[in-house]
Amino acid sequence: MEGSGVVTVYGNGAAITETKKSPFSVKVGLAQMLRGGVIMDVVNAQQARIAEEAGACAVMALERVPADIRAQGGVARMSDPQLIKEIKQAVTIPVMAKARIGHFVEAQILEAIGVDYVDESEVLTLADEDNHINKHNFRIPFVCGCRNLGEALRRVREGAAMIRTKGEAGTGNIVEAVRHVRSVMGDIRVLRNMDDDEVFTFAKKIAAPYDLVMQTKQLGRLPVVHFAAGGVATPADAALMMQLGCDGVFVGSGVFKSGDPAKRARAIVQAVTHYSDPGLLAEISCGLGEAMVGLNLNDSNVERFANRSE
Amino acid sequence: MAVVGVLALQGSFHEHIAALRKLGVNGVEIRKPEQLLNVNSLIIPGGESTAMAKLAEYHNLFPALREFVQLGKPVWGTCAGLIFLANKAAGQKIGGQELVGGLDCTVHRNFFGSQIQSFETELSVPELASKEGGPETFRGIFIRAPAIIEAGPDVQVLADYPVRSNRLSTADSPTEDKKENVEEESKVIVAVRQGNIMGTAFHPELTADTRWHSYFLKMANVSGEEASSSLVPAEASTNVNQRPLNDLPTFQS
Repeated sequence: MEGSGVVTVYGNGAAITETKKSPFSVKVGLAQMLRGGVIMDVVNAQQARIAEEAGACAVMALERVPADIRAQGGVARMSDPQLIKEIKQAVTIPVMAKARIGHFVEAQILEAIGVDYVDESEVLTLADEDNHINKHNFRIPFVCGCRNLGEALRRVREGAAMIRTKGEAGTGNIVEAVRHVRSVMGDIRVLRNMDDDEVFTFAKKIAAPYDLVMQTKQLGRLPVVHFAAGGVATPADAALMMQLGCDGVFVGSGVFKSGDPAKRARAIVQAVTHYSDPGLLAEISCGLGEAMVGLNLNDSNVERFANRSE
Repeated sequence: MAVVGVLALQGSFHEHIAALRKLGVNGVEIRKPEQLLNVNSLIIPGGESTAMAKLAEYHNLFPALREFVQLGKPVWGTCAGLIFLANKAAGQKIGGQELVGGLDCTVHRNFFGSQIQSFETELSVPELASKEGGPETFRGIFIRAPAIIEAGPDVQVLADYPVRSNRLSTADSPTEDKKENVEEESKVIVAVRQGNIMGTAFHPELTADTRWHSYFLKMANVSGEEASSSLVPAEASTNVNQRPLNDLPTFQS
């Protein structure tokens, strides 16, 4: 880190106060502790408490949930650090926060206030249309979205320690989430049965680094923790994501845009643990009140957040 | 082949089952009280202790877990599991959380702070090395880890970790216990054993070193008859995904 000169060069750790690196095992480790859990979007300390009481394994601190970002339009940015601090004070579970894609200064700010995970998210407006954050420069771990295997492995190469399939946030419609999970899982199944000689071309085709493609082939899964996101609104949606092979789910607008958030949050948490028990799923799905209003994705007025980044 | 139960409510239970598999032991996922009847030792994995406590509460697991511990069956808790097993926990969420108890010590949740203070270190583990061989140190991965700030006389300390006292004042968790801690000695306990209960604040399941698992299995065999494999509940064995899809790689750095 010496000799970085007068100019503050991004990439030299210059803007980050401590140069001590955080090993990748520690970054992935927290994600591994979140497995089998639900991460909920919250906009204030009170909602964070409801999420914690329901059994969420982490909360995502936001100014507006994706459904409101969609409805209100405009530029969506990182939340006010004050809000994130208040939420951190209110709960003992990990607190995540979103930074715009490519906006590494927002990520530095989030690291400075000590959030537990940064979500480099397409739900916020893009800051850089071409590049993502170089996540190796941070001690804090990142989660990134993907629509397919190639995108997932590109994010892992950039330093993401956790992947979430993008789905379509703020719609209450699970169809895109299913598409993206199926795409990732399907590609992995194809890869598993592939001859080693064919992996080079496959890596080129999906535009992913060869070593990570090979590692994925050997493991038979993504090399990092893989959550589902974007459109989960009911316990059944959550269990569907788990049965498709995800390690856990993010619930955005689905909880706090519904009739009875506390009850629904609790039901979704239970659904993720007992995802393969239809009897229990039936029991917990009863009488949850109104679900969030869904959006039909065939409507051309609905913007696709998922297509904002590659 | 011995059967070990792994509490599978939330957290790193796949990692524990994978570590057990490496030792040729079948780990079964435990989600309901009645499933506890089929195993004679239990691992409570790492995860979010509040989330795990809520899920245990929803399905009325606490009485069954307490009984399991009181019967003297071997139980091992890592991180969140250690919090579960402690008689007292500090730094809890508002309203507290239910504990299983049994281990005579006080555990401080998120003792080391948030994720940015999570770390990896080589711990000195004389007891483990003398029983299991191998190097004198163990690669301890601490993820938003708890620490044992007080242990009773019957508790055997298996590992401790030196802390700078100013580290405590930087922890921003809104707890009143902070002041006491600053005056405490500069070491915290991170691994203990009391009879058949073992607790580690770090995550052996995230490393390739299976010595802690093997140590625990020896505890399990000493205390009870060998479980016959016919005791594996049919439901659990079909539920367990035999494809190793759940095994993440072990990261070396």
